[in-house]
Amino acid sequence: MKVVVDLNRCQGYGQCVYAAPKVFQLKGSEILAYDPAPSDQWRDEVERAVHACPVRAISAEFDNPPVESASTE
Amino acid sequence: MADPSSFAPPSRIVVAGASLAGLSAAKRLRQLGYSGDLVLIGDEPYPPYDRPPLSKQVLTRRLSTDTTLPQPRDLDIDWRLGVAARGVDLTARRIDLANGDALDYDRLLIATGTRARPWPKPDEASIDGVLTLRGRDDADRLVPRLAASPGRVLIIGGGFIGCELASCCREMGLAVTIVESERVPMRRALGERIGAFMAGVIRDHGVDLRLGAMVERIEADNAGAVAAVMLKDGKRIGCDLIIVALGAVRNVEWLEGLGLLTSARGLRCDAFCRALRANESPAPGVFAAGDVAHWPLVANDGHLVTVEHWGNAVEQARMAAHNMLAGDITGMRIHQHLPDFWSSQFGLNIKCVGLADSAEEMAIAQGSVEGRRFLAVFGRKGRTIAALSINSARWLPAYRALIEEGAPFPPIEGAVDQPRMRKEAAGFASIDT
Amino acid sequence: MSQDTLFARILAGKSRPNPYPLYAIMRKTPVARQTDGTYVVSSYDAIYRLLYDPRLSSEDLPPPLLHWTGNPIKDLIIDPIKEQIRARHRPFIFRDPPDHDVLRRRVMREFSPERVRAMRGKTEKIAHDLIDNCQSREQIDLVDNFSYPLPVTVICELLGIPREDEPQFQGWATQLATALDPDQRSDEENWKKSQITFDQISAYMQALIDRKRADPQEDMLLGLATYKDPSDGRMNNYDLISTAVLLLVAGHETTVNLITNGMLTLLRHPEHLERLRATPAMAPRLVEELLRYEPPVHYRTRLALAEIEIGGVKIPKGTPVVLLLAAGSRDPDRFPDPDCFDPDRESNTHFGFGGSLHYCVGAPLARIEGEVALVALARRLLNPRLVETVPRYHPGASLRGPRHLPIAIDGIID
Repeated sequence: MKVVVDLNRCQGYGQCVYAAPKVFQLKGSEILAYDPAPSDQWRDEVERAVHACPVRAISAEFDNPPVESASTE
Repeated sequence: MADPSSFAPPSRIVVAGASLAGLSAAKRLRQLGYSGDLVLIGDEPYPPYDRPPLSKQVLTRRLSTDTTLPQPRDLDIDWRLGVAARGVDLTARRIDLANGDALDYDRLLIATGTRARPWPKPDEASIDGVLTLRGRDDADRLVPRLAASPGRVLIIGGGFIGCELASCCREMGLAVTIVESERVPMRRALGERIGAFMAGVIRDHGVDLRLGAMVERIEADNAGAVAAVMLKDGKRIGCDLIIVALGAVRNVEWLEGLGLLTSARGLRCDAFCRALRANESPAPGVFAAGDVAHWPLVANDGHLVTVEHWGNAVEQARMAAHNMLAGDITGMRIHQHLPDFWSSQFGLNIKCVGLADSAEEMAIAQGSVEGRRFLAVFGRKGRTIAALSINSARWLPAYRALIEEGAPFPPIEGAVDQPRMRKEAAGFASIDT
Repeated sequence: MSQDTLFARILAGKSRPNPYPLYAIMRKTPVARQTDGTYVVSSYDAIYRLLYDPRLSSEDLPPPLLHWTGNPIKDLIIDPIKEQIRARHRPFIFRDPPDHDVLRRRVMREFSPERVRAMRGKTEKIAHDLIDNCQSREQIDLVDNFSYPLPVTVICELLGIPREDEPQFQGWATQLATALDPDQRSDEENWKKSQITFDQISAYMQALIDRKRADPQEDMLLGLATYKDPSDGRMNNYDLISTAVLLLVAGHETTVNLITNGMLTLLRHPEHLERLRATPAMAPRLVEELLRYEPPVHYRTRLALAEIEIGGVKIPKGTPVVLLLAAGSRDPDRFPDPDCFDPDRESNTHFGFGGSLHYCVGAPLARIEGEVALVALARRLLNPRLVETVPRYHPGASLRGPRHLPIAIDGIID
């Protein structure tokens, strides 16, 4: 799957790290590092991260069409 | 401007440049209901991908360099990848491709961006082990070189990319030298004061930071691999890998002599993102966005700027998309973006809103410089024009709003966690000396 | 309706079942001065700006009340010093940076993704056990049978507090939660009660932590008590106790309402209850929409440290400010059709967990609890329906939620 985070919008709340720790990590106090091409096995977790982000900075696209679309603007 | 075809709804839109700006425009066009032909031309063989991770986590976490941007499935784009645009005929409204194809357009968006500025001496630039970093292919070349544990990495240029790369090298345990001609790193964006702060951070992380220094030449060993650089002051630094990080060159050469107003600063356009002709009138149906655009920024008193930042690429492309469908100028909107950017390096998250580089003065408005978490504000003519946070991004939205309002400088007094405010010279190249 | 009395009407008990029409009126004056000088902020944009504004302080608790005992040493020396210390070591929800940030960082260190994520399985077991206990019942009280015991059990497990002590601290927690309601804490009698309660719960925590130190086990409280920060060492004992109290109180008083309000909303929108039953994968977005539509925390208070001009209104220095988060989350200028419950909503940047520096520490845990609880209820309650259209509510206007929620069921599905 493909993931991109708008890091202008990101404020380091870290909610995505709780939702999908294999994909998102906080370095230091507020640097967000993420895997831009994670395995589809983390799909549910990434979808949780997309919805949990307080500023909705995460966009994701899954390799196979999801049951319910998770892609956001 | 009495060109009736400008007002007819377009049935074919061509986007030259398949990167963040190009994709953002395409997405916006479809969102706005455009259902005609949509062609995206990219000189690289890859669908649009994201660049910022290539100088950060992709290197340190050994992630795939596939940073392809997510895109909705239903964009219905006619992709022309791996083929560069070669020229444009403004009268015939036709764009020519390097493979000999030609495409008619009703609207054309030029978003061809920039490329890494190469080392100026071609014979030295081609030495084995002299690299640059801009795109995926560059990252693909760099990753195995870093993984091979070079004895010393030498980075020419202490701008953002150079410093981010140095940070990655240190995180990977590699010895690294930065050679920067200015007195402080990242001076153009951060100014003297914050640049000096960053110099301290960079040195604390074990980087050999050479300021006010310039590389005279790059030397190879007998096997033809890079061996050392000779500085202008005669010092020689041995190294096994050189990354040239001297900023970017705008991809406008293909437009030269075709009637559009281009320069080293990019393709001129107006606040509606319309590309301008040599006589400064808009070229019918042609728009520009992203790193290649040279445009008047309202927040900068209408002065022309080029903004090589992620946020502007997205926003300007979206505005260009809107205006491409707007018909005449009465339906168009002005691109009024307040530039913003981020960088992460040496454990610090650096974020900025506004263009600090025209500031006359600055002050530390929140937090503590010693604690390496603070927010600095920048002012010009008594107004606040930019705010920069170091590991304090949560304060930034309040300052963004104040900058947009043109708040006095300094904008906030009597706040939580505020040191005694002291105005200082901002230290940008344009106003001292 | 004059703005002066509008917030008083919101605080009044009879507005509790549905404060949203009043919020809509409130938003017509996004920054509104009340007769007592308080400013109430209710539009999304104004709340957003003020959440991030460094001129608003969270150190807005009323000063401690000293009770004369007639013993001059106690009245003039010991008690004032004790109160000073207590004021300096308030829970970090009532503190500003830099102290706030230091304490919060320590808490986040213990509240790690590994530790929080490990609670999902445990929460599922707790939820299903609680539902199992309702076998052969025709009616349940969702609050007493499920929404209250679930988060209490979870937070006790996470912090390392014996579950069987719950009858002791239930009353304390309820009392301390009133500190979030300005009308309740400006009531002298109530504030005095809160201070006494804080002494009691502090003594309890102190004894518990002492026991833990003697017999160490892997849990959050012990982690907080023993972690030595490379730059500023161990947490001092005053901060340790006030942090522990905060985590315990905040860890369940709010989540109870998330679950209860959530089930109430689903029972009022049975098509979404059905959808959740069929597609549990929609739970994350459903919980986010609940946090917007029926949030557990309706407002937070701040203090203006300097004059703030916003939307043409000047909030004077020294003024209490109420950020009416729940009104901002229903602002039609930010959310299309805001009074419609729509889990498919795009870009749901609600204020359900507040925002900025004080964004809810427990948000990741609350999300897990909300998801697990609602999925379990949707799947296992057979034909659930509301017994009364409007439930009875707790008195609190900030921590707003039903006191009881009777639900009729036809049985429990295995």
